[in-house]
Amino acid sequence: MIDQLLQMSIIVGIITTGVRLATPFLLAALGEMFDQRAGVYNLGVEGIMMMGAFVGFWVALRSGSPWWGILAAIAVGIFMGLLMGFISITLQAEQGISGIGLYMFGVGLAGYLFRITVGYITGIEGFQPISIPYLSDIPILGQILFNHNWMVYFAFLMVPVSWFVLFKTTWGLKIRSAGMTPEAADTLGLSVVAIRYTCLVIGSIAAALAGAFLTLGHTNMYADNISAGRGFIAVALVYFGRWSPWGILGGALFFSLVDALQLWVQVLGLQIPYEFAVMAPYVLTILALTVAARQIWGPAALGKPFNREGD
Amino acid sequence: MKSSYKVQLAILVIAVISALLVGAILLLIVRANPFTAYRAMLLGPFSSLYGLTETAAKATPLMLVGLGIVIAFRSGILNIGGEGQMIIGALAGTVVAITLQNWSPFLLFPLTMLAGFLGGALYGAIPGALRAYFKVNEILSTIMLNAIAQQVLVFLLRGPLIDPTEIAYGTGFPQTQQLARGIWLGKLIPQTRLHWGFIIAIVLAILVYIFLWRTVVGYRLRAVGAGPKAARYAGIPVEGGLILAMALSGGFAGLAGIVEVLGIHHRLLDGVSAGYGFTGIVAALFGRLHPIGLIPASFLFGALVLGADMMQRAVAIPAAIVLTIQGIMVLFVVGSDIFIRRPEWVEKVTAPLRRKTPQPALPVAVSPGGTSDQGEPPRD
Repeated sequence: MIDQLLQMSIIVGIITTGVRLATPFLLAALGEMFDQRAGVYNLGVEGIMMMGAFVGFWVALRSGSPWWGILAAIAVGIFMGLLMGFISITLQAEQGISGIGLYMFGVGLAGYLFRITVGYITGIEGFQPISIPYLSDIPILGQILFNHNWMVYFAFLMVPVSWFVLFKTTWGLKIRSAGMTPEAADTLGLSVVAIRYTCLVIGSIAAALAGAFLTLGHTNMYADNISAGRGFIAVALVYFGRWSPWGILGGALFFSLVDALQLWVQVLGLQIPYEFAVMAPYVLTILALTVAARQIWGPAALGKPFNREGD
Repeated sequence: MKSSYKVQLAILVIAVISALLVGAILLLIVRANPFTAYRAMLLGPFSSLYGLTETAAKATPLMLVGLGIVIAFRSGILNIGGEGQMIIGALAGTVVAITLQNWSPFLLFPLTMLAGFLGGALYGAIPGALRAYFKVNEILSTIMLNAIAQQVLVFLLRGPLIDPTEIAYGTGFPQTQQLARGIWLGKLIPQTRLHWGFIIAIVLAILVYIFLWRTVVGYRLRAVGAGPKAARYAGIPVEGGLILAMALSGGFAGLAGIVEVLGIHHRLLDGVSAGYGFTGIVAALFGRLHPIGLIPASFLFGALVLGADMMQRAVAIPAAIVLTIQGIMVLFVVGSDIFIRRPEWVEKVTAPLRRKTPQPALPVAVSPGGTSDQGEPPRD
């Protein structure tokens, strides 16, 4: 009886953690979806996440309020988005490499700034869970779904919102055309450059918020490599979810459950070597990409710099 | 239409200087004196025998990894998996060296090196095959494989491969036993860490150049890289080309891994890849993706990595700044590439400068539209 109860509470615990951990995947991947829909392949997500995680943490630590941390993370997102935009859109650089450059820059800078400003592990007051009235009283389901902090709700809310924006508004149509047929979009008088810049900034803000969630809404502290490859997995999720918010939602939930399971395996001290638990999400990403990539469909101009003179 | 080599070099130099200037701002944030810092960083590697040999020792793995990156890039595939391939290469070689430790060094040394190459090659072939047959984006798969290799390494070093004396003394430091002295790479200069791997790397750089530009297979790889569709029409098997390129690319990284083990550490330990997989990409980009250009570029980055160590000691700043500066350099190099691909951009940018300095002969000499191969002379 007690065994069963214990198992039940563990399963509920894993799923609850999984729902919470879907937040960084959802935010970063939905943001990356906007980048890619507009035709820019932003591989710097991991670097932006680390910067968002650090700056959000640091500002929260200094100001005493996680809300200032969120504002700072948004500012970081804008800066990183503009930087990536300048290099990949204005200077038309090879996007795969500039993304790796942005990744190195972001991870390095976050680590550097952490060392010179704080230097040790210290906790902050993060966001508290908000129980949704009535809904959180539902047994099991209430705890799993309706007892999280606002960032979790926000991330899930962004799924239908970004679907609506992308497929039901004129602006969404413009974004998609910038990624599919930029030449045609240009001929129709749209500014491909402006659309791409806007999407990159939106995507970078989302990635920075995903990082800030890790420090302000999940662990309430900053540590080296806190993002642990989630930024790259988020990029993979966009492929896996076929550039659709709903597909991304499915993929994000799947990966966050694996992530949660992996954390619980460590907590419970099961016999599986810890390294294999850490490895699991990466192995799964490769498998998922292999399955998803077969009938791949993507924005036709993805990764191709746009240049009006034509090449 | 491309810029002349002079302009290309000038653009690279400007990119480096700009990156260092941004780095100087980061140094000023910690109130470190950028002049003291950069003097230690730029002169340190060249002002002593220790500095010079350490630079060459650090350039060795960079050159080997970089060669793999060049082969992959030239074949139209991006290899970000240098770190993982280095680890698997070092692992495969070490396992062979430990298993067959009683064999004669004359047999064991080549077998260990071969195992290192093959380990990296197999690990590189995975993303190559995934890309060729399943259209899996190779950047993502190689990054995932890096993380997997790191975990495999740590698991094996803590478990099956751990040095028995570490267990006996109860320290449990994650490293293997020392490999047989007979298979160590000999020192080029006594009392330094510079070893024969350095000569091997330079010879291989020349061989890779010959391979890519003077052999049929190399030509085919470059044709796939230049345009897979055209290559396919020409009857070149694109899929096989991608896998071969990635296998070779991974093989060179694997070699870098085992050369580090045999030449520097003499045992396998955590952190054997030490970021060379990423820095190798930067070096390859700086060498303009050419095996011969890679040689000086590896020196430059060997010096930068060592110089950053020295700078750290001189002004006590966190190590993470090395990665930051490298990231900035990548951004500047790929960003400045437009000036090489489109020489008219050079004119666009330098036009206001030219107007201020009255030199009537110069602006006229440059052909309108920048179609000439002359380009602009360096402006500093």
